[in-house]
Amino acid sequence: MTDDVRADLTNRARKLLSDNDPATCERLKFLRAQFDLGLAWVHYPKGLGGLGLPRAFQNYVDELLAKAGAPDNDPLRNSVGLGMAAPTIVEFGSQEQQSRFLRPLWTAEELWCQLFSEPEAGSDLAGLATRAVRDGDEWIVNGQKVWTSGAHKAKWAILIARTNPDAPKHAGLTYFVCDMTVPGVDVRPLRQITGEAEFNEVFLTDVRIPDCNRIAAEGQGWQVATATLNNERLAIGDSQIPREGGMIGVVAQTWRNNPTRRTPDLHDRLMQLWVEAEVMRLTGIRLRQKLAAGQPGPEGSAMKLNFARVAQRLTGLELEILADDGLRYADWTMRRPELVNLTGGDAGYRYLRAKGNSIEGGTSEILRNVIAERVLNMPPEPRQDKNIPWKELPR
Amino acid sequence: MERAAAVSEEIELSYSDVEESLRDTVQALLRKRCSPEILGRIFDGDRTGTTELWRTLAVDLGLAGLLVPEQFGGAGATAREAAVTLEELGRFVAPVPFLTSAVVGTTVLRLADATDLLGSAACGDVTVCLAVPVSTGPGGLVETVTAAGNVLHGIVRNVAGALEADLLLIPVAGQDGLELYALHADSARVTPVVSLDMTRQLADIDVTGVTARLLISGGAAEAAVHRALVAAAGLMASEQLGLARQCLQITVDYLGVRRQFGRIVGSFQALKHRLSDLYIEVESACAAARYAAATLADDHADQETAAAVAKAYCSDVAVHAAEECVQLHGGIGMTWEHPAHLYLKRAKADQIAFGAPGAHRALLAVLVDLPVR
Repeated sequence: MTDDVRADLTNRARKLLSDNDPATCERLKFLRAQFDLGLAWVHYPKGLGGLGLPRAFQNYVDELLAKAGAPDNDPLRNSVGLGMAAPTIVEFGSQEQQSRFLRPLWTAEELWCQLFSEPEAGSDLAGLATRAVRDGDEWIVNGQKVWTSGAHKAKWAILIARTNPDAPKHAGLTYFVCDMTVPGVDVRPLRQITGEAEFNEVFLTDVRIPDCNRIAAEGQGWQVATATLNNERLAIGDSQIPREGGMIGVVAQTWRNNPTRRTPDLHDRLMQLWVEAEVMRLTGIRLRQKLAAGQPGPEGSAMKLNFARVAQRLTGLELEILADDGLRYADWTMRRPELVNLTGGDAGYRYLRAKGNSIEGGTSEILRNVIAERVLNMPPEPRQDKNIPWKELPR
Repeated sequence: MERAAAVSEEIELSYSDVEESLRDTVQALLRKRCSPEILGRIFDGDRTGTTELWRTLAVDLGLAGLLVPEQFGGAGATAREAAVTLEELGRFVAPVPFLTSAVVGTTVLRLADATDLLGSAACGDVTVCLAVPVSTGPGGLVETVTAAGNVLHGIVRNVAGALEADLLLIPVAGQDGLELYALHADSARVTPVVSLDMTRQLADIDVTGVTARLLISGGAAEAAVHRALVAAAGLMASEQLGLARQCLQITVDYLGVRRQFGRIVGSFQALKHRLSDLYIEVESACAAARYAAATLADDHADQETAAAVAKAYCSDVAVHAAEECVQLHGGIGMTWEHPAHLYLKRAKADQIAFGAPGAHRALLAVLVDLPVR
């Protein structure tokens, strides 16, 4: 960071703090002012909450503001908005869309969810069947989506739908922003193996979306969705944590708190995972240094895959360390969690919830394909579904 | 406990232009002078060209004194440059004593303030070897030699880098702790051992009856040997990284041309997934090895932890990469003709050298306060 940039960021932060004293200023007013000064996400363009600086410089701003007791935008509540919708809108949205959506997204006035997966289109997302049919200045959408976390709280959704069934599967898709509060959107909780319902099924019946909420061109949906998913995988696998942060920290603490339960076998497995967690942390640092200014590529898939594998092994080990106590489960009651905290709950919850890590946001198997084909440039499996019209595919 | 010492977000893990240019230089030389054919012949007892190769690297490229400060005639470079060098030496399975002499040997001599010997080592006139069994890692030194006056008695088995060495540094169990003696290799009986990895051939050293010079003793000797072994472990991770990268690359290349069942076999998902997993391991190994090198270069408080993490992790990655290389090449991978066996033998030997993964995890358990009992 040059001295000029540091001075500019410092001045902006000072101005923000002096115009909006965190002790007295209303939270939303502060966040809006932070956005308007370009201190929301400095790597995004000027006027969109950023300053066109390298991604890593945000840390500097966040530290300054945190020291002054500034409020944050509660990022865990809006991870789909921040991690997926925002970068997609920045890259592919029109100017009008950018100025309409990004500010209330960042301040969490409007929460977002994702309408991608369908019961018949999971890993094969490009085969999805939700239809959007043009009707004047609007699109009429019908279909069923699934695994939609936060749908019951979201104002907006990023949606992929099929607009041209005569085109091959990847070419007939279009990307929309869908208002979750309009008639025809029916959100139903989907209970999962932990007992609770983080996710939803979303039924779309004659939902009307104005054409101005289409992102990028008709038929370009797959390309836009790929960018979204790369960002999602980066966001999942790339959280910046200190040594022994995240799941390894939880399990290491369990080890320290339970001296009577220690065995050599458990210890060796713990140390192997400690090493893997530390190496994963270093790999994330190295990846961030490489990408400091660039866009996430398929390398993010490697982080996500590793994250899932290590989390699953750690949570399994923790149950074994706790032994009989590990078999006590807090609560099977059906409930809707406010926030998803992968390291929260008890050990049994963590074990079960971690099973989702290798499924959500692209299964580990699909991510291995992505790495093999886009990073290692290995040839694809022979496929029959790529070049024929979607409507002729066997179903 | 320094559990919070890792401020590693600031540490640069990428390669600098200087490091890349050093890599290019080393790589260009090894491409010409270190072919699989030459390496294969070493296993048949023909070491033609290996002395000359080391001399070129050590003297002409100045790698013998890479880590030696300029005031003692070295290049004054850091562990980062040594690490990049080792990546290339690993990639080519180079049969040269860089790690044992230019890393371990010069580190001991520098910390022992043996400036005369350090100068000779820096210019490549003298190749140095710390006489410890190759599996010795930080904290694992067991002295097998005793001294009466300056006359030594005992044998050190399975020493790497001894055959090439002119100067041997012998750890001795003294009355007040560790003593470190120096002697000319010609005065000891150095017996070559037929080794799993003949590109880093082991030797047994018998120093019984040999008169040697006491360099350093007590806590200072312990510290010098410990630091050298930490550097050895931390930097061997880069050799393992280079080897693993090479195994991944040639396996990907091979599966991209080999046809069976009317298809390029690399299009089979079962094989792609194995290579994707290996790719992730190699990328992870890179981060671990770079961090170890960077903390050594900065003399960072985290260097012991970083070295233990890197050696524990990269050891198994290199072995996995070499084993996958053999398996995924099918029958050809099992032949003497194909270089896969060279990678496998080096990878397995490296895994055990300077502390096996389990030994490093045991060190870590203490460093990060996760006691076994």
